[in-house]
Amino acid sequence: MAIVVTLDSSGTPTRQASSTLARLGQRSERAVLGTAFIVLLFVVWQLVTAFGIEPPILLPSPAGVANAFANLFSSSDIWFDFAASGEELFYGFALAAVVGIIAGLAIGWYPRLGYFFDPFINFLYAVPRVALGPLLIVWLGIGLNSKVALVFLIAVFPVLVNTSSGVRSLDQHLVRVARCFGAGDLKIFRTIALPGSVPFILGGLRLAIGQSLIGVFVAELLGAQHGIGAMIENAGQQFQTDIVFAGLLIFAAAGMVLTAIVRWLERRFDAWRI
Amino acid sequence: MATAQVTTLHDKAGHAASSSPAPDETSDYLRARNVSLAYAGRGNDIVHAIDRVDLSVKRGEFVCLLGPSGCGKTTFLNAVAGFLPISSGELTLRGKPIEKPGPDRAMVFQQPGLLPWRDVLHNVTYGLEMSGKIRGRQAAAHAGALLKLVGLSDFAHSYPHQLSGGMQQRVNLARALAVEPELLLLDEPFASVDAQTREALQVELLGICKRAEVTALFVTHDIGEAVFLADRVCVFTRRPGRIVRDVRVRLPKPRDEARLKPEFLAYVQEVAGVLGSAAAGKANGT
Ligand SMILES: Nc1ncnc2c1ncn2[C@@H]1O[C@H](COP(=O)(O)OP(=O)(O)OP(=O)(O)O)[C@@H](O)[C@H]1O
Ligand SMILES: [Mg+2]
Repeated sequence: MAIVVTLDSSGTPTRQASSTLARLGQRSERAVLGTAFIVLLFVVWQLVTAFGIEPPILLPSPAGVANAFANLFSSSDIWFDFAASGEELFYGFALAAVVGIIAGLAIGWYPRLGYFFDPFINFLYAVPRVALGPLLIVWLGIGLNSKVALVFLIAVFPVLVNTSSGVRSLDQHLVRVARCFGAGDLKIFRTIALPGSVPFILGGLRLAIGQSLIGVFVAELLGAQHGIGAMIENAGQQFQTDIVFAGLLIFAAAGMVLTAIVRWLERRFDAWRI
Repeated sequence: MATAQVTTLHDKAGHAASSSPAPDETSDYLRARNVSLAYAGRGNDIVHAIDRVDLSVKRGEFVCLLGPSGCGKTTFLNAVAGFLPISSGELTLRGKPIEKPGPDRAMVFQQPGLLPWRDVLHNVTYGLEMSGKIRGRQAAAHAGALLKLVGLSDFAHSYPHQLSGGMQQRVNLARALAVEPELLLLDEPFASVDAQTREALQVELLGICKRAEVTALFVTHDIGEAVFLADRVCVFTRRPGRIVRDVRVRLPKPRDEARLKPEFLAYVQEVAGVLGSAAAGKANGT
């Protein structure tokens, strides 16, 4: 049996037996362990509720949550909630991505622009930006705009800061190589700074996903007719913990799907990285 | 860049009596006169890397630079490439002072400096793209031919991290050759290549330089390599480096069989002797 050494994403060599069975076993090890913990949690959760250690009003059973899901999807209200939250998330995140990447590239590339904006960016980065929510409502009203603005403000910073540090950390030796071949600034930007910062940009986007979801939730907390966050808030006030749990799972699922998309992008772009 | 132009004390000392041969002013393609270069070191420190280097190179000449590690060979090459401003002296190419990099020069860097996100083929076309000489399919075909020359045809679509150090170095060479420079600057290009491949590459390099009338400055630590390739071997002293000896190698070209000749060994011994005393610092000031 041939033994092939491959390098995994962290650069550690792993021995791979080329027999299919062994390879399958290795590849699924991660998945198995990861799933095992989730299953364990479910079992503990089920046991705790089954023995009545906590009353259902505090901790609904898994079956109760499943039931809540079924009820939620039997009415059309949930779709309004999905649409509302989806819209806030989509516009806020997309705007954060576009603005964050473009501004990050510019600030990273032109040192003067960096000197000019950095103090302000650091200030906003340090502030708990959810605290801007009430102000945004005063400025933009209670509707979609203030919510998109809050999501944007929360999510734009990880993208911007990551992107600009990606551009700044460009390999000076490669710049020298490019200059040697007569490349001007624009070509250096296009062929070295831009591809070099792709991993940083994607990392920033990954962070921004979690932040956007926080933005959506907080924005709806501050006053909303529809939305998954609003649903959770209402259910909480009426002690419908099963619906609260269902809402949390929806948020988690949204985050995981988006993160999976970015990870897929990262793998595509990282063919050249060990 | 963390370097600064520092004027050395030597200019003020009035060093007119430098022993530069330079017989015919007009025939020199590359000309260094009294070239000194200092780096701004830590704090107010100044690191004098090279000191009053004199060198005149004619078009088509192959000059090897030899000297102890850290004596300023890379620094000198960078100055010729146009990356580093010289502190004092005169550095001219075709009679014009060198101010910045130009399409007439290409450098094979000591560190390969390949773009990790481009496959080997597109690393080789990189120089062509940057200089805007040719692009697209034509560039790829040209690059393919050079990859064949350096023996890496099978790796055209590999990424740099999948290559060994020596293979990366060969891609680095192919990338510089691709732009068909007039002046080729090579910084220990074969340092991490095995002996057999190295000899093959040396023969190829000589062939290319002859065919295309390329002028070459070739830095190496390998005396045999220097004698095999060079029309002239210039030996640097320890830092701050200056050229103490300029050995003219009068072996006929092509030199495919030259290594076996007694003259070859005599040259190797001569250069080794010079290098030994240069490294020991005894030859300083000659
Ligand atoms: N960027 C820099 N800043 C300060 N000092 C430098 C810098 N680069 C090189 N030096 C110094 O200049 C001297 C010459 O360096 P250089 O790289 O030219 O040596 P070299 O002859 O190419 O050596 P090697 O054979 O080891 O490659 C060294 O002593 C080094 O410490
Ligand atoms: Mg060097």
